[in-house]
Amino acid sequence: MTAALLTVSSLSKRFGGLVAVKNVSFDVAAGEITGLLGPNGSGKTTVLNMISGSFKPSAGAIELAGARLSGLPAHKIAALGVARTFQLVRILPSLTVAENVLAALAFRRERLWGVEAKERADALLEEVGLSGRGRESAADLTYIDQKRMELARALAAEPRLLLLDEWLAGLNPGELRVGIDLIAGLREKGVTILLVEHVMEAVRALCGRAVVMNAGVKIAEGNTAKVLENPEVVQAYLGGEDA
Amino acid sequence: MMKGAFVWAIFALTLAVLAAAPFFLEAYGLGLLIGLLGYVTLASAWGLFSGRTGYVSLATVAFFGVGAYAVAALNEVLPYPLVLLVAALAGLGLALAVGLSTLRLAGVYFVIFTFGLAELVRQLVTWYEINVTGTLGRYIFMDLGPEHIYWQLLALAAATLFITWRIDRSRLGLALRVIADDEVVAAHLGIDLARTKLALFALSSVIVTLVGAIQAPRWTYIEPAIVFNPTVSFLTLVMALLGGASRLWGPALGAVPLFLLFEWLSANFPNHYSILLGLLFIAIVFALPKGVFAFAEMHLKTRGGEKRIVPVEAESKP
Ligand SMILES: Nc1ncnc2c1ncn2[C@@H]1O[C@H](COP(=O)(O)OP(=O)(O)OP(=O)(O)O)[C@@H](O)[C@H]1O
Ligand SMILES: [Mg+2]
Repeated sequence: MTAALLTVSSLSKRFGGLVAVKNVSFDVAAGEITGLLGPNGSGKTTVLNMISGSFKPSAGAIELAGARLSGLPAHKIAALGVARTFQLVRILPSLTVAENVLAALAFRRERLWGVEAKERADALLEEVGLSGRGRESAADLTYIDQKRMELARALAAEPRLLLLDEWLAGLNPGELRVGIDLIAGLREKGVTILLVEHVMEAVRALCGRAVVMNAGVKIAEGNTAKVLENPEVVQAYLGGEDA
Repeated sequence: MMKGAFVWAIFALTLAVLAAAPFFLEAYGLGLLIGLLGYVTLASAWGLFSGRTGYVSLATVAFFGVGAYAVAALNEVLPYPLVLLVAALAGLGLALAVGLSTLRLAGVYFVIFTFGLAELVRQLVTWYEINVTGTLGRYIFMDLGPEHIYWQLLALAAATLFITWRIDRSRLGLALRVIADDEVVAAHLGIDLARTKLALFALSSVIVTLVGAIQAPRWTYIEPAIVFNPTVSFLTLVMALLGGASRLWGPALGAVPLFLLFEWLSANFPNHYSILLGLLFIAIVFALPKGVFAFAEMHLKTRGGEKRIVPVEAESKP
């Protein structure tokens, strides 16, 4: 295993009386795709939210290549090289498709602006299958195309760590194939990814390693094929009626 | 490109004509233009912050009054350019203090806070004048002719529009549009929300402070009730909303007809002025929530849209 890029230690999150994440620890290795799995409501999105800075952890620590992320505001975490997509797509509706991507280019660590940025935005849109659509209004895109645009926006940051929250959800089988290839292509380029996903076909195809959560607790971690055979994991998925 | 050059030519020409106005106008006309330019600048500065961030500020008159008071207090001890500089710095200091403590407040809380702030500053100045200086009002004797005040205001108005134009085309302008759409996404793209809003609030507030400072010598006598009159904040807001606060020219074009209307109303119906003002405010907010220009554009668009729909339908029929 290569060195850990992301280290999550004893992470917890309380919402009032509800403990959504309990004492969760895991590593994400550089250059790999790690799956973050678990039934509905098990706390996956909450973990991503704490990594990206949407929420402050109630306890525990998050480090990216030795730099502490926990406690920092989202814009500083972004500046350290973390980008994400959202489970419920968040587009910038009053901007054009290209401007959605330009916004990420303009505020990333090595800012890009002007003609160079426009060219880069076009290239990124092409990469996710939206070539030539830059001038359309983001609000007019179909749901799938909005997801593509959101991915282009996340990639524009040239992140060290990319967080994908059910990015493949809602795709039809053909689109799913394309989506899986797209993410596999990112891995080839050396992007480190933490992938929250319910689509098992994609998890098996993409994730070398997986972390499984249930009711806020980590119940398994390791080689994806082995983890998915783990009786406790099988039980969690069946018990949650969410295979 | 052609259109850009054309707009700039019109802008330069208008500026030149306006700059020459003092040579042709009587005192009354010039006075009217000074008041008008003051509100054009106030409304544009208001739009620069509130129109682009969605934070509705009623603190305009707090900064306006601070500018005026700085001139009243310092015009005999410092040379005029330094007085303006100190006024601007006072406005900047107040803006940073207020911004740091309030830009976390959302929606109506911010509106109420800024309104309260204007009252607080007025009360503080009143208290200081009565208890420390022992007077309520101050006299300003400066040998600045109205034409000098006018030219300064004209320069400030042009600078405000130019700065706004530049910002709209800059990274800061894009950041503002992203923030207006989705603050969570903005933060995740690396945009420092607090700093962006604070920078804009400070810039807008300094301009407002300068309007107060430049206009101060016009009054000769000032007291808190005059320069901290909340009507200034409301008028500024209504003008910007009428023209469309998020547009470059919106606030300025909203200010012109409303200023003239208010002048006429206050001359002809001095007793019912406030009521008429309130009614007009309500009418504007209800009828044209995004300003006349957005309203006009929307109507033009729907017409264009209808035209486009027809051939598509025709094509789909075999
Ligand atoms: N902002 C919040 N406030 C209160 N409770 C929350 C909040 N966000 C999440 N929760 C709760 O925390 C628990 C974990 O939610 P989370 O969204 O992390 O689950 P998840 O694993 O992503 O589920 P899914 O697969 O359905 O997306 C749930 O019980 C949820 O209701
Ligand atoms: Mg989730």
